Amino acid sequence: MLIARVVGELVATQKHPSHEGRKLLVVQPLNLDGSNRGDAVIALDAVDAGVGDRVLVATEGFSAMTAVGRPNSPIDMAVIGFIDHIDLMPGVS
Amino acid sequence: MYLGRVVGRVWATAKNASLEGQRMLVIQPLTPELRSTGKPLICLDSTGAGAGEIIYWVRGREASIALLPAEPAADTTVVGIVDTIHLPTAPGVGTGEKGAESRPAGAAAGETGAQAALERTEAGPRIAQTGEAGAQSAPDGVPAATNGTQAAPKDPAAPGASRTPTHRKGRRC
Repeated sequence: MLIARVVGELVATQKHPSHEGRKLLVVQPLNLDGSNRGDAVIALDAVDAGVGDRVLVATEGFSAMTAVGRPNSPIDMAVIGFIDHIDLMPGVS
Repeated sequence: MYLGRVVGRVWATAKNASLEGQRMLVIQPLTPELRSTGKPLICLDSTGAGAGEIIYWVRGREASIALLPAEPAADTTVVGIVDTIHLPTAPGVGTGEKGAESRPAGAAAGETGAQAALERTEAGPRIAQTGEAGAQSAPDGVPAATNGTQAAPKDPAAPGASRTPTHRKGRRC
């Protein structure tokens, strides 16, 4: 799972039927210090997240499908939670 | 899932039997600001996407699930055609900076980033043109796509690639 921030939403009319009825979010993975980690990706929304939220993203198929409630569907990333707080040991960043 | 643009097609006569009848597309991965990132790869198609269209694709086991009941031997599949991308400048660490610097030009004039995206699609699907169009504010080292639309070379240590390491798996088609 990754820490990420929701930076946008994506609209697609022509898509796999299993993606219908769920928001598609553009999420930017983050490092522990809050900086961007690689490029933003597209994730299906399982928790009703919105732009600006810091979220937990599942990046593996089974967990993403299960979270969204669509087993056996082509979903490899899903927003599965909101992050309220992260505690780190001193020196870790 | 990842954003991409259809930049070509692939035909193969001799191939695994499970791939019979499947469309194969050459996809150039994109950032949400529609700048090219990483190297092109080959994806199967489940949506009927055509040249120049902005799409999103999945990687891994889910790629063949998208084409049930055929379940072809695929590791990347296009699963949706993008209409619009809304990229409001998000508050908080790591997003405001990027959004402000590299949103499509149309967004500043009150359009959504997506409208700008589609205009750019119509303007030309070629990778080089995409790079030029987005180059007005690309200071963060995103590699401009200089390679053509041929099959992606399997270079495991592409210097300057800003993708996360997991993305590299997606290149193996």
